Amino acid sequence: MERKEAIISVKNLVKKYDDFTAVNGITFDVYENEIFGLLGPNGAGKTTTLEIIETLREKTSGEITVNGFSVDSDANKIKRIIGVQLQAAGYYPNLNLVELLELFSGLYDVKISPMEMLGKVNLQDKAKAKFKALSGGQKQRFSIATTLINSPKIIFLDEPTTGLDPQARRNLWDLITEIRDAGTTVVLTTHYMDEAEQLCDRVAFVERGEIIVIDTPDALIDNLVNSGFERKKEVKKANLEDVFIHMTGKEWRADN
Amino acid sequence: MNKPYSNINATLALAKASFRSIMRSPSAVVFTLAFPLIFILVFGFLGGSGIKVDLAVSPGSDLQNPVIKALEGVSMVHLVKDKDALDIKNALEKGNYAAVIDVQKNASGTPAYLVNVQYTSASMDKGNILKSVLNNLLYSLNSKDVTPTIAALRESTVKGRTYRTIDFILPGQLGFSLLSTGVFGTAFVFFSLRQNLVIKRFFATPVKKSSIVFGEGIARIGFALLGAIFIIVIGHFFFKFTLIHGLITVLNMLVLAFIGLIVFMGFGFVVSGMAKSESTIPPISNIITLPQFLLSGTFFSIDAFPSWLQPISRALPLTYLNDAMRKVAFEGAELWDVKFQIMILIIWGIGIYAVAVKVFKWE
Repeated sequence: MERKEAIISVKNLVKKYDDFTAVNGITFDVYENEIFGLLGPNGAGKTTTLEIIETLREKTSGEITVNGFSVDSDANKIKRIIGVQLQAAGYYPNLNLVELLELFSGLYDVKISPMEMLGKVNLQDKAKAKFKALSGGQKQRFSIATTLINSPKIIFLDEPTTGLDPQARRNLWDLITEIRDAGTTVVLTTHYMDEAEQLCDRVAFVERGEIIVIDTPDALIDNLVNSGFERKKEVKKANLEDVFIHMTGKEWRADN
Repeated sequence: MNKPYSNINATLALAKASFRSIMRSPSAVVFTLAFPLIFILVFGFLGGSGIKVDLAVSPGSDLQNPVIKALEGVSMVHLVKDKDALDIKNALEKGNYAAVIDVQKNASGTPAYLVNVQYTSASMDKGNILKSVLNNLLYSLNSKDVTPTIAALRESTVKGRTYRTIDFILPGQLGFSLLSTGVFGTAFVFFSLRQNLVIKRFFATPVKKSSIVFGEGIARIGFALLGAIFIIVIGHFFFKFTLIHGLITVLNMLVLAFIGLIVFMGFGFVVSGMAKSESTIPPISNIITLPQFLLSGTFFSIDAFPSWLQPISRALPLTYLNDAMRKVAFEGAELWDVKFQIMILIIWGIGIYAVAVKVFKWE
């Protein structure tokens, strides 16, 4: 993969809460038009890092630029070129999906066709439904639709597939890949390694507020194999999830 | 992407979304419209008839005489006939009747009739009214053909506006409607937007905090003022609520409603900041709304309260809103005439927003 220009640059990011250090000197770049994954266990500092880049949280120290804008001085310019999906965020009560998208188009001050946006995430037939009435996978897809309203350069997805069934996860992977292919940079967090391996162009492992390693999934695996590592059990040509998907089908389902 | 970001568009989009949401929220519609209308309905049908005094006619009483005839002509007195002595005695003891009357022909000639009236201590106030009615009535009966020797009374009545119960009740209900929309509505909305991370998601867009507050405010004020117009229109056309200068009066009332609402929304912001969970919002809100509901002259005039209670009533903002509303609607006062009431509301507003700025939480 050829080296591209960094669209996000994070240098020595530190975030402290009283006596707890959530992020302890993280440095990384995200290149234009890649899917970048922040991987790590819960509480490793993934969400905090993301929210600081999204200008939703103050950092303690460090330097961050997004598309050349500094989070310190140009927060509003950054907000206009990014799309954000929060972990477990709710939406305005009593409104249906079309009305919610109209609201967001006003908040971003851009003109959009709500049905077209819903089409991008395959939710046209839920146009009149309330967010609360959606299934887990539909909720995530709708959240992603709201991140695309302002035709952002970068979208941030915080654990987009947590809690979803295998079909819904795969559908979401396809959707995220399409978004990347359409020219948008994607930054996501996950703690599923299979997801990172399939989806991400590059990953960073975050542990206790620090980055342990950054590389492409392939390179990381090759390095480990070259170091002499071998799985204890011989790898079969398929795993249980493959069996499940094979037997239950991969098509879009009404409830995912 | 190059055009400048419009805060106005963002504010209006929020206002529209919020207004839609309010219209679909059952509690907002019930508190703003249904409750006040039910009270207006109840009092609208109850009121207007003035005082009625029930006067029982003793079973043995003569009925064909000028005294009974004259009493039947007094609208304030309701004669109850055809009851037996025991029923009358029971009703008197309970105070259901003000008195029992017994008219008998005088066998010895002059005067032609003897009128026995027995009052009850259970209904002294109505008894006293009846006493003066009877005195007046007997005096005019007795002096019908006599030329007064000292002074002749000539009575006349100035034709004024009829002050109906609705003229008192409607402004009170309007005030209560504004109070509950302002406090409950604002508190719930901002708490739940914060709790469900809706506001956090908003913050990820370029929208300003002030746009969020203004957008919500516009929607809530719009909704409450529409509610107010609805209540005034129903009151005026179905219950003859007095609007002295017509449309001007309505506009003045809406200006007062607006000022009151801003103050009450301040309470809402404070409650949303203080509440630790959704279930603590109703109790905190009730602490603010109930005393005002009861003590601010919503149902009864403050003058009817015991004197130790009146200073409390006179400290509450709703008291002044109700007061100003009644003056504007019934007495035809201009806004300048109720500047004192408006001033008190503004002082409350400054105080409550000073607290709101301190306790309000965005996250």
